[in-house]
Amino acid sequence: MKGDISGRRRAYALAMKALMGISVILTASLVAFLLIYVLAKGFPHITWQLLSTKPSYLSDTVGILPDILNTVYVIIAALVFVLPLGVGAAVYLTEYASNKKVVELIEYAAETLSGIPSIIYGLVGMLFFCEFLGFQTSLLAGSLTLVIMNLPTVMRTAQESLKTVPQSYREGAFGLGAGKWRVIRTVVLPNCIDGVVTGCILSIGRILGESAALLFTAGFAHELNNIVEGLSHAGATLTVALYFYAKEEGEFEIAFAIAAILMILTVLINLLAAFAGKYFKRKNNI
Amino acid sequence: MKNRQLLENIIHGIFFVLGMVTVGSVLLITVYLIISGLPAIKEIGLKEFLLGKTWASTASEPKYGILPFILTSIYGTAGAIVLGVPIGFFTAVYLSKMAPPKVKAVMQEAVSLLAGIPSVVYGLVGMIVLVPGIRELFNVPDGASLLCAIIVLAIMILPSIIKVSITALDAVPKEYEDASLALGATPIETYFRVSVPAAKSGIATAVVLGVGRAIGEAMAVMMVSGNAPNMPSLFQSVRFLTTAVASEMGYSSGLQRQALFSIALVLFVFILMINGALNFFLKGGKENNK
Repeated sequence: MKGDISGRRRAYALAMKALMGISVILTASLVAFLLIYVLAKGFPHITWQLLSTKPSYLSDTVGILPDILNTVYVIIAALVFVLPLGVGAAVYLTEYASNKKVVELIEYAAETLSGIPSIIYGLVGMLFFCEFLGFQTSLLAGSLTLVIMNLPTVMRTAQESLKTVPQSYREGAFGLGAGKWRVIRTVVLPNCIDGVVTGCILSIGRILGESAALLFTAGFAHELNNIVEGLSHAGATLTVALYFYAKEEGEFEIAFAIAAILMILTVLINLLAAFAGKYFKRKNNI
Repeated sequence: MKNRQLLENIIHGIFFVLGMVTVGSVLLITVYLIISGLPAIKEIGLKEFLLGKTWASTASEPKYGILPFILTSIYGTAGAIVLGVPIGFFTAVYLSKMAPPKVKAVMQEAVSLLAGIPSVVYGLVGMIVLVPGIRELFNVPDGASLLCAIIVLAIMILPSIIKVSITALDAVPKEYEDASLALGATPIETYFRVSVPAAKSGIATAVVLGVGRAIGEAMAVMMVSGNAPNMPSLFQSVRFLTTAVASEMGYSSGLQRQALFSIALVLFVFILMINGALNFFLKGGKENNK
């Protein structure tokens, strides 16, 4: 068989195989390097003192507890707003909208939103939430900016799962005399919970990694606050703190410690997303 | 009965409003960028602003020319595409067509991880590994340069390119490949001369997504590119459109601040053009499948 193929064709196959081999190995070792390097450099500097205190000039120590809490506050606040908005938009698109032009308009808008760079969100968020609405530089303003950013993600995942709700469920409910709202509330929404969960996980991952949009909306402060105080004050999330310590202060040990924490969280969120995807797939197949 | 109809209508209205929030957000962003971006352009002059070669916003006689930023963004993005697309493309072909299922699954997880790593972490590793590396390897005074930014951006666009290309390649009908194999083509020839052309609109989409991600990245680039407003050159400290906005926003005022909004407006126009290209390729893909 091999004799049938000319030398040129064999050389072509060999060259393509080599290129593929090099590319895959490069990609794989890149991921491995990043993971191992960041963990190795950051892990030794993650101490209990770092995790449990706030920065203190008196004792000249740095702690990132405020940054951890700020990140949690921002995630909670953003999800509280983005989930109803995103799911509501998805319900409108799949259950109500009858005008094709309107559907196209909304989908086009969502596509445009997901292409806008985060620095532009940060700028408009600063102008609109911080200045026009008077929220000042605060975690709330940052969270609201992130709401707009994550809206397309949540809308799309909710839409996908609404599409998997069998039409016969709706028809059955209508046949029993239920109104549209009742059908949505009792039949459609409970069945799109997997889309909501997936959207949640994706959004958390994105919020965790976001920095450019928060720089000018949520600010730099490292103060310990509870969630209510926290949202109305300026505060740095973990990513912004990393940027601050690396670029402005040159404190690379702390920066790498934060990077290692972010890396671990990213791995966890990816595993969670993969697990959720598999779980829902199996559930839907039954 | 009448009450129920009223309730239904109200709820319909509420959902309509929720659906329109996305449209409203796009309008809000567009209007804000135009309103806040135009005054400075008017005052400086469009030609002066877009084609001026010097940016000296804090000088006693300030100059606001953003050509260096525009060119840096274009060169940086082009460089990232030149480096990143071939690697991503070949990886995607291998994973979609040749890899054993286990390898494919593990690599896909790895690529998702690459996509999920925060951009500041890329910036940090770039600062510590790449910047000194470039300084020593090429013997230049400072490694924070356009080249460094290009490498970081190339790595950052890899996941979008690989993921979208794999989806496109996986969707190629098996019959095409079977037919090609039956006609005597080798598997490799089949993958590259039948499957890849069949998936070309998907792969083009992947590249355009990569362009969008590269041109919009701010934080990682800010940490590795040096941030001096020079005309772009591979080993010089440069400033991108995104980092121009980010690096001066904190302390700017007056015309300087307005000029930063104008830069954001220019960046936004770039993004809209990229979105247009994206829609074009997506539509092309749909028509091909019919």
